[in-house]
Amino acid sequence: MTTKRLALIASKGTLDWAYPPFILASAAAAMSWEVSIFFTFYGLTLLKPKLSASVSPLGNPAMPMKLPFGSEGLQNINWNVPNMLSANLPGFETLATSLMKQTFKNKGVATVEELRQSCLDLGARLIGCQMTMDVFGFQKEDFIPEVEIGGAATFLEFAASADIQLFI
Amino acid sequence: MNPIQEDALLDCTGLLCPMPIVKTKKAMNDLQAGQILKMIATDAGSPPDIAAWSRQTGNELLHSAEENGKFIFYLKKSAA
Repeated sequence: MTTKRLALIASKGTLDWAYPPFILASAAAAMSWEVSIFFTFYGLTLLKPKLSASVSPLGNPAMPMKLPFGSEGLQNINWNVPNMLSANLPGFETLATSLMKQTFKNKGVATVEELRQSCLDLGARLIGCQMTMDVFGFQKEDFIPEVEIGGAATFLEFAASADIQLFI
Repeated sequence: MNPIQEDALLDCTGLLCPMPIVKTKKAMNDLQAGQILKMIATDAGSPPDIAAWSRQTGNELLHSAEENGKFIFYLKKSAA
């Protein structure tokens, strides 16, 4: 059986967008595929040792706002918070982030940290984009030690021979 | 009656995608070719996912069943 290859670009650093690349990468690595994730722009923040990915319902109108506690009926209510409110209420983003984290935990979804560690345990390569690191002022030392550094050619060379390439 | 005797047991109860296959892969790494892993999951996505994982890795899915809301899989480690 020939080894399949998955090439991902992770370009977003919010909590909701942190999940897809790490879920797909860990699943592919679990199927013994070769996996590389190229982190660029805001995705770079997912390489920090301590993750602080958050999420905001502001400008994110399809995001369900649900309570992670209370009766099932209460938990199923989608709280439609007007932008006016979520933009001006101090700490609203922190609240939304902790609600999403708690909901995920209650449902049995792994944390982003656990998924990232699973990727590493199963041999997925995590590559930081040098150009955007320069732009945003990140050093290699700001990231977990497993991170490799590369540029567009590094990604493209791997992607050219990959079976699946996705930009997330 | 249980016709298949497993060599290792992995309980993924309560875990959602992709952790059942991630843990299955890790548990399989500790087994020898021909040995059998029994995996238990509650994730409703696990029957198609474990079938796909089996096809992709070549580890044979010997048997799967659903009992009291739990999915049970018997996976045989391939020689490769």
